[in-house]
Amino acid sequence: MMCLGIIRGLSFIYFAGGNMSAKQKQDAGITHDGMFFAQEQLHEMHDKMLFIRRFEEKAGQMYGLKKIGGFCHLCNGQEAVCVGMQHAAEATDYMMTSYRDHGHVLARGSDPTAVMAELLGRAGGVVKGKGGSMHMFDADKNFAGGNGIVGEQVPIGLGFGFSSWYKEDGRVTICVMGDGGINQGAVYESFNMAALWKLPIVFMVENNQYAMGTSLDRASAETQLFKRGISFKIPGMKIDGMDVLEFDKKMSEAIEHARSGKGPILVEAMTYRYRGHSMSDPATYRTREEVDEWRTGRDPIARLQAQMIEAGLATEESFKQKDRDIKKEIAAIAKAAEAQPEPDAAELWTDIYTDPIEGAYPYPGRVG
Amino acid sequence: MSKITYREELNQAMAEEMTRDESIFLMGEEVAEYNGAYKVSQGLLDKFGPKRVIDTPITELGFAGLGVGAAMTGLRPVIEFMTWNFAMLALDQIVNAAAKMKYMSGGQYSVPMVFRGAGGSAARVGAQHSQSLENWMANVPGLKVVMPSNPADAKGLLKASIRDNDTVIFIENEINYGDVGEVPDDEYIIPLGKADVKRAGSDVSIVAHSRMTGFALAAAKELAKEGIEAEVIDPRTIRPLDENTIITSVVKTNCAVVVEEGWRFAGIGAEISARIMERAFDDLDSPVIRVTGKDVPMPYAANLESLALPSVRDIVEAARTACGRA
Ligand SMILES: Cc1ncc(C[n+]2csc(CCOP(=O)(O)OP(=O)(O)O)c2C)c(N)n1
Ligand SMILES: [Mg+2]
Repeated sequence: MMCLGIIRGLSFIYFAGGNMSAKQKQDAGITHDGMFFAQEQLHEMHDKMLFIRRFEEKAGQMYGLKKIGGFCHLCNGQEAVCVGMQHAAEATDYMMTSYRDHGHVLARGSDPTAVMAELLGRAGGVVKGKGGSMHMFDADKNFAGGNGIVGEQVPIGLGFGFSSWYKEDGRVTICVMGDGGINQGAVYESFNMAALWKLPIVFMVENNQYAMGTSLDRASAETQLFKRGISFKIPGMKIDGMDVLEFDKKMSEAIEHARSGKGPILVEAMTYRYRGHSMSDPATYRTREEVDEWRTGRDPIARLQAQMIEAGLATEESFKQKDRDIKKEIAAIAKAAEAQPEPDAAELWTDIYTDPIEGAYPYPGRVG
Repeated sequence: MSKITYREELNQAMAEEMTRDESIFLMGEEVAEYNGAYKVSQGLLDKFGPKRVIDTPITELGFAGLGVGAAMTGLRPVIEFMTWNFAMLALDQIVNAAAKMKYMSGGQYSVPMVFRGAGGSAARVGAQHSQSLENWMANVPGLKVVMPSNPADAKGLLKASIRDNDTVIFIENEINYGDVGEVPDDEYIIPLGKADVKRAGSDVSIVAHSRMTGFALAAAKELAKEGIEAEVIDPRTIRPLDENTIITSVVKTNCAVVVEEGWRFAGIGAEISARIMERAFDDLDSPVIRVTGKDVPMPYAANLESLALPSVRDIVEAARTACGRA
């Protein structure tokens, strides 16, 4: 094997093309900062990121056509965070996030048709059309929302972590918040208790530099967000969230820290959202140059593609073909989701109580 | 039957349930080593150890949310608020998370937990530590609201609340903690959503919950001296409300007084009056009368404080008016 190029000083790329032996073929992949990614893994991570990107673009389109209503927050640009994190976590680990949840729920492995159906308010949506864009939940995938109140998911994540401590089940909770969300008081209440009781939680802040129109430095006295845990003795890590391999590597370390009983850890993922805060936001509070700098200079999908091409694991043409396939797949998903019926009217009254009390008032569905 | 206090009954309810089910834990400020600010959790730390009886920092929003998350994973948290006045800091977790989680998740996550603690007006502690906020909670679909008025109910209702698979808001009464009452010796459970007729009567229906049930019973005694037989109904569960018991009584007495400690505007009495109007309008001989706390923050001075609260006399007068014997 030949150690070839170095991308951003860390990624060692092994040649996989040419006349390789069977052993070499098996070993084909990229070693990033000592962590080996086999080519199947790389393709999987790439395809997932690209899928999320195209899915969000489709969601944007559907919103434009008024097929998706209400608030819709896209995560274009942040795909490496969603995918790298899931790659680092176990399927049994818990996670929860804010309303910017499409990418995370897809990365977690939820059925994309159900996610699209949810956006469209259809019966087959992940939460039966009762939540919409902001409230994706998938208990089978240990994905606990989809929470619309900024910071609200953090105490809830504390509870999931507490449960793992209580049951000693070895799970880790990954609790995601935004750079705006981290200013909520509930976050510090949670940091304190998580550290006090050494709960197995990775608090992760997706620092996409803005909370709606408020840039980080206009809202935060300490803009190095990974330091926000210091007074609770929570160690912090800052990770490049635009590099999926780097993110996976560092996130794996963070998860290992939490799993090993050392208590919580705070991860700051440096990332950027390409679109406005939600569909109604033209994002005039930032410059074209700034957006371009991230979008063309640091795009996580383009970066991985370049790395894989350089390593001989793919070609520009193979990626173009993949992109066409994914677009086709998503068009079919959107079509299938749209073909679904709206929820049955009776769904209005279900899922309010586990044990509704017969004969008492109010009773779900009994009006007057 | 044995005689013990409201406080001890609550304690026994938790101890019995925690013995039965290991997924139950108690968490709150001063619940463990201090044995509870009002001694409701006395001895539970010794019995169940520090993993199941947990002192928290003073962070209501945080530990309320912890309870919600833990309940979503199948544990059964009992989260104690030292008093309900402080639960306002946790409203987001109660209203936006606990109450809605099942619905928002399309039925995937339930939140089987109890938020409990002292509520209602206390004595001489001023405006911030003395108030009734059950109407806030009762307004929210997804929550159940339970308020025991005596020791036996306290135990049976708390056990039912802990076993319930939904989020239960369990509001105890600070002044009732020391009350002594007759309690069955054998294990018993009082189902949620069932009112109790505390005194039968045919002349006027008085609906009153929590500490006001005692006031209503005292008023009924006074009224009996004048030959007015009041029926006193304690809903016990505020939401969902056992309105059938109330309506049945009104159909019999043809008049009603609704009593609550809390403020009048959009209060529990407003809801109950509206239900009586909706379901028993033709049976009413007179308008329903509400006896409520005055529409003021609770004052400190003894005379002002007692003016702010409903009195037995207020209830007696309202009952006389309601049944046309004023
Ligand atoms: C408690 C609360 N306050 C305000 C809002 C309105 N709001 C929705 S998103 C948002 C910005 C949050 O930004 P950030 O945490 O950085 O997350 P991002 O949108 O960048 O993913 C605000 C203010 C809300 N949903 N909840
Ligand atoms: Mg942000």
